[in-house]
Amino acid sequence: MTMEKLPVADFATDFDHTDPQWVADPYPIMEDLRERCPIAHSNRYGGMWVPVLHEDVSAIANDTEHFTSRTVVVGSGRPGEDAPPAPIGVAPPISSDPPFHAIARRLMLPAFAPKKINALESFSRELCRRLIAEMADREVIDAAVDYAQHIPVGLIAKMLGLPQEDGDLFRSFVHIILEGVDLPQEQRIEAFQPVEAYFIRVLEEHQANPNDDLTSFLLEAEIMGNKLEDAHIFGSMILLVVAGIDTTWSAIGSSIWHLAKNPEDLARLVEDPSLIASAIEEFLRAYAPVTMARLVKEDFEFKGCPMKQDDWILLGFPAANRDPKFFDRADEVIIDREQNRHAAFGLGIHRCLGSNLARLEMQTALEEFIAAFPKFEIADDDGVTFSQGQVRGPRTLPIRILERS
Amino acid sequence: MKIKLDLEKCQGHGRCYSLAPELFDSDDLGNAVVLVTGELDADQIVQATLAANNCPEYAIEVVA
Ligand code: HEM
Ligand code: SF4
Repeated sequence: MTMEKLPVADFATDFDHTDPQWVADPYPIMEDLRERCPIAHSNRYGGMWVPVLHEDVSAIANDTEHFTSRTVVVGSGRPGEDAPPAPIGVAPPISSDPPFHAIARRLMLPAFAPKKINALESFSRELCRRLIAEMADREVIDAAVDYAQHIPVGLIAKMLGLPQEDGDLFRSFVHIILEGVDLPQEQRIEAFQPVEAYFIRVLEEHQANPNDDLTSFLLEAEIMGNKLEDAHIFGSMILLVVAGIDTTWSAIGSSIWHLAKNPEDLARLVEDPSLIASAIEEFLRAYAPVTMARLVKEDFEFKGCPMKQDDWILLGFPAANRDPKFFDRADEVIIDREQNRHAAFGLGIHRCLGSNLARLEMQTALEEFIAAFPKFEIADDDGVTFSQGQVRGPRTLPIRILERS
Repeated sequence: MKIKLDLEKCQGHGRCYSLAPELFDSDDLGNAVVLVTGELDADQIVQATLAANNCPEYAIEVVA
C-alpha cells in the first residue's frame, strides 16, 4: 500500500529522495542546494535533514555521539519504539553503535580482507564470462538485468555457501526486507517469514555439515567466549545479502552506462585496461550508489539546524562526492583522476565491509565486458531506468553491441 | 621524507595498498601496514604521495 505523494516544489524545505525529479537526475538538485541551503530539511518521513557538503557528511559520519545507526534506511515515519535499540540493532554491524559496533565488525573483517577476497578472483571472472557467453549472439542486451545483477548474487552465495541457483530468491529477499522497513511490526514479521525460513534451514544444514564458508564461520565464531546469538548470525547473513547485492549491481551498471554514453572513455579503457582500476574509483565517486541514514540521538543544534531526537539524517555520500569544494572539476568524470578521496564506501567506523569484494566484482565485470564488447552504445534512452530510494543505479540498461572480439 | 600512518584514522579503505603495493600492505583485518618505514627515495615519495592523496580518512602523511 503506497500512498500517492505530492511532488516536491522546493528540495531545500521539502526534500524527498523518492521524488521522480530526484530519481531522474539528482546531481543538479545537489548543486543547487549546496549554493543556497547545504543542509536541506523535510517534514516528510516524520522529519529529515539532508546535508550535501562533503564536510558535513564527513562530520556526521564521524560523530557517533550525536547520531545513531540504529536504523539506516529511512522509513515512512519516525522509527518509534519498535525499531531495535542501539547499540546492537537489527543487523550488526551496520545498525550498531560503539562500543558494540567494533566487536561485531571485527568478527567479520578477516573474511572480507583483501587476501581472502582476492582468492575469489577467478570465480568472479568465470561467472562474468559465463554471463557474457549467454548473450554472445544478441545485438541488444540488458546490461543491468542480464549481466550486472547476477555478479554480486553469485559471489555472496559463494561466500556464504548457498546454492548458486538461489539467486532469484535472494533478490526477492532484498525487496521484502527493504520494503518491510516501512511496515508495522506485525506485518513485517509476516513478510519476513519466507526469508527467515530459508536462513534457518541454511543454518541447520551448516550446523550438521560445517565447512569453510562464511556461514560456518559465523556459527563457530565467539564474542568473549560466547557463541553468537542466532539473531545476530541471521541478521548478519541478511545484511550481507541486502548490503552486497543492489549496491554492487548499481555500481557495475552505472559504470557500463557511463561507458556506453562516453565512447572516448570506453576506447581508452579498451586500449589500456590498466586504467580500469582508477576508472572504477572515479565511477564510484561520480555515481556513488549508496546513501545511508542516521537518527539524531537527542535534541541538539548542528550548524544552526535545530535537530530533534529521532529526526532522520539522509547521509548523502553521492552528494559529498560531487562537492566542488572538495573535488576539482567535481561534476566531470575523469577516469584517471589522480587524487580521489571519494566517500562511496562511507567514512569513519562503518566503512563498507564489502569494499574489497565490490571492487573485485567491478574490476572483473568491466574487464570481461569490454574485452568481449569493445564498442557498445545505449540502444534506447527511454529504456534506461534508475532505481528509487537509497541505492541508486540502472535497473534496466538496454545496450547495443557494436563490436565483438 | 617518511611515511606517517595514523592507525586511529585508518578504516581499511585499502586505497594505499592498491596504489602503492611496494610501500603498503594490509593486515588480516584489511587495515594498512607500512612496509617502508625509513627514508623514501624519489620514486617512493611519488608513490607515497599518491597513496596519501587518495586516502579518504586522511590517515597517511608524507613527512620530513
Ligand atoms: C559498490 C558496492 C557497494 C557500495 C557503494 C557500498 C557502500 C556502503 C556504504 C556507504 C556503507 C557505509 C554505511 C554507513 O555509513 O552506515 C557500507 C557499509 C557496509 N557494506 Fe557496503 N557497499 C557496497 C558493496 C558491499 C558488499 C559487496 C558487501 C558485502 C557482501 C557490503 C557489506 C557492507 C556491510 C556489512 C556494511 C556495514 C559495515 C559497518 O557498519 O561496519 N557492501 N557499504
Ligand atoms: S587508504 Fe587510508 S584508510 Fe584505507 S587502508 Fe590505506 S591508510 Fe587505511
